[in-house]
Amino acid sequence: MLLAVEVSFTEANESFTLCLRLSSVFKRIGTLLPKDSDGWGHASSLTTTMSLTAKDKKMVKAFWAKVAGKAEDIGCDALSRTLVVYPQTKTYFSHWKDLSPGSAPVRKHGGTIMGGISLAVASIDDISAGLLALSELHAFKLRVDPANFKILSHNILVVLAILFPNDFNPEAHVAMDKFLAAVGRALSEKYR
Amino acid sequence: MVQWTDFERATIQSVFEKMDYDDVGPAALSRCLVVYPWTQRYFGNFGNLYNAAAIQGNPMVAAHGKTVLHGLDRAVKNMDDIKATYAELSVLHSEKLRVDPDNFRLLADCLTIVVAARMGAAFTADVQRAFQKFLAVVVSSLGKQYH
Repeated sequence: MLLAVEVSFTEANESFTLCLRLSSVFKRIGTLLPKDSDGWGHASSLTTTMSLTAKDKKMVKAFWAKVAGKAEDIGCDALSRTLVVYPQTKTYFSHWKDLSPGSAPVRKHGGTIMGGISLAVASIDDISAGLLALSELHAFKLRVDPANFKILSHNILVVLAILFPNDFNPEAHVAMDKFLAAVGRALSEKYR
Repeated sequence: MVQWTDFERATIQSVFEKMDYDDVGPAALSRCLVVYPWTQRYFGNFGNLYNAAAIQGNPMVAAHGKTVLHGLDRAVKNMDDIKATYAELSVLHSEKLRVDPDNFRLLADCLTIVVAARMGAAFTADVQRAFQKFLAVVVSSLGKQYH
């Protein structure tokens, strides 16, 4: 069910009228929200999850098919950038001898991460189910702060832009951004 | 005051010197409107923003993208006092335009992606770090006068 709301914010005094018009829309949205145990629908789960549409899934699968051949390079570069541009992420790898961009442990681990992403693409219709084992690994063993999933996702997108400047157009970008956010959510599902 | 290393200063000057503002500006803004569609709320009078093709072909979006990039130039030329450079623009975005400052971060991310695509392998991890640091300072300065 689609709800289209057209708004304009040109005058401050229109906002009151807008609130009145929107309240009937919100009541309708309230009936559609997933219900919690207290019987209330929570807007946050509607506004922040921004779930994958059929169009998104099609785009992700098509784009991934184009880029999968370079998965290890992508993973290596994305992880290298994460460690350089966001130095606090190095705290998770104090057990590695060499944290420099493109080093052997970085390349190997970048490949491992991309394997997980590939699995998520294959499980795109139920990412939570597909990544269950990885979710438990991240929750109980690795305990990577979920903020870092956003950081790594950003760097994956940067690498995709560098390697595929024409294919990584705005439509591919929004689908991949939503997909990687969904992967991050699936990985943090068991955290608490 | 923000401390810049010689590498960071040189990198920022070099990246912006080589940049085609009239290409990158429109590309970054249109990407932002597609990837984060809620940002379209500020452009109600821009006409057709109905889909990605419409946004990317929209002449008002292109014109505004150029305006934004040329505005960024002020920070490039005044790296030692970006906060003061953008004080007036911060007031404008807060009081008149009423833009949620989180949008500056979203546009900055899209700009990073577009610059990465244009520069290719030359956009190394070290260049990325300098570029993102610069944009973080810009974003922070634009949000400074909100109250």
